[in-house]
Amino acid sequence: MNIEKDNQFVIEGKLALPYQYFSGRTGSRFLIRLRDDKKINGLKCNACNKVFVPPRSTCEICGETIQDNWVEVKDTGTVTGFTVVRYSEPHQPVKAPYILALIKLDGADTPFAHIVQGIAIENMKVGLKVKAKFAEKTTSTIMDINCFMPAG
Amino acid sequence: MGHRKKNRNVGIVGIGETKFSSHREDVNQPEMINEAVRDALNDAGLSIDDVECVVHGNMELFEMIHQPDLWHTLGTGAYGKDAYRLTTGGTTGGTLVAAADNLVASGMYDVVLAIGFEKLQEGHTTGGITNMADPLWARKLQSGALTDSAAVKVIAEFGEERAKRAAMTYRIIMDKHACLNPNSHRAFGLDWDQMDDLIKNSPPLIGNLRLIHMCSQSDGACAMIFASEEKAKSITDKPVWVRDHICIHREETLNLCNNYYPNQTTHKFAAEKLYERNGITDPVEYFDVFEMYDPSAWWGMDWIRDFFLLKDDEHIKLIENKDIMIDGKIPINPSGGVIAANPIGATAMVRVAEAAKQIRGNAGPHQIPRQVNHALASSFGGTMWTILFMLEKELNW
Repeated sequence: MNIEKDNQFVIEGKLALPYQYFSGRTGSRFLIRLRDDKKINGLKCNACNKVFVPPRSTCEICGETIQDNWVEVKDTGTVTGFTVVRYSEPHQPVKAPYILALIKLDGADTPFAHIVQGIAIENMKVGLKVKAKFAEKTTSTIMDINCFMPAG
Repeated sequence: MGHRKKNRNVGIVGIGETKFSSHREDVNQPEMINEAVRDALNDAGLSIDDVECVVHGNMELFEMIHQPDLWHTLGTGAYGKDAYRLTTGGTTGGTLVAAADNLVASGMYDVVLAIGFEKLQEGHTTGGITNMADPLWARKLQSGALTDSAAVKVIAEFGEERAKRAAMTYRIIMDKHACLNPNSHRAFGLDWDQMDDLIKNSPPLIGNLRLIHMCSQSDGACAMIFASEEKAKSITDKPVWVRDHICIHREETLNLCNNYYPNQTTHKFAAEKLYERNGITDPVEYFDVFEMYDPSAWWGMDWIRDFFLLKDDEHIKLIENKDIMIDGKIPINPSGGVIAANPIGATAMVRVAEAAKQIRGNAGPHQIPRQVNHALASSFGGTMWTILFMLEKELNW
């Protein structure tokens, strides 16, 4: 018996890892505005002149507390990067293949991730102008924006 | 032991703590951490620009978030700075302090910010711990600190009646301290007349370990700023000096399979080596306060013997005579200790922070009512990972 190569055992293990997290007062306010008013809000650091979407309660550059400097940004924006998800998993919000993009909304300085639909994968490109399509039924999550669609 | 003297002295110049509680739904993780960071910067009179390096840590897997330090940059202020992440189980907070001490002592950085946190409400601690257990390699005892091994040992040595009363006396003293500390998560207002009732009627967890003996799961963060001697003196007129620290780890202590090592805890080993190289012959006499990582009243009361190198029932007597109370001969955990608040990744750092505050004389309502010059603080993690810190008011050792 060659134990250098054969008869190497595998020990199986399995973990269940349930978790949750509090989105906090800042994250919750962002979601409430989205749910109740279909408006996308960010927080602005006046010192750095940056608008963060999704909001951060402190400026990630200078560290200032900015949790009260709410500004509304547009529901239109520009794709700054994207990938194509080509496999399906139970936790995914839509069936693969789909486009997951980074979108910088008009009025924001940071991009955030969301799904882009309404365009063929082969036609997808950085720089595409997109517009938010809100969900018909709220789930009090970021999926209250159903997806982004090519604008105009 | 490959230990050499520090390259240069290191002072604690800023301390920040959040209030500890069962959950914090009003803030997310970076926002909670930011509270402690801001508190520490204000305490030191520094801005985040003065910090050169950020050391961040918590219990691996407890919030089920991989690489939380990246997300937490929003709250830690690590943007554009050198940063490290450390995770050594319950010992994490102590490892963070030890790392910051080393980073400054080495000369690599003049000012280092160390941050420990935990938001236990959000995760699944048992899921995080139990996957350490492995039947093949006999890593059996992975219930975290939920064990009555100390109770079994202490009862065998001192008898059921005396052991149980001493453990409960320790517990009530800790609660009396916790009631003084405004940051405590749990402060019940226990009193001596509840002793018999608690011994008999507190819900049992395992064997003689009852709910009342055990630490909590807490949310909270602690941040500390360390600076080189020259910098520390320019930042504050009350720096607290980290004289020495020792780090001892041995999983076999809790591993039934490999129990052929001499039966000595890492706590005792660490204490012996640390005192030896610093010329401390009578630690109870030398130290003015001890902030101990005490996961349960049983372990707390048993470990006093290891940390102070006591013989026979000397540690039990310290408890029975209430010498460990805030106004006693050698106050232990005037903060209330880990049983009062256990935000795990921060817990061991809180021990050092609280010990340092006692030396500064501004701990708050739980300040020891006499001069504190020499402090001891301990860290503990699941598989007997001990770090022991010596803090000093003066640079005269």
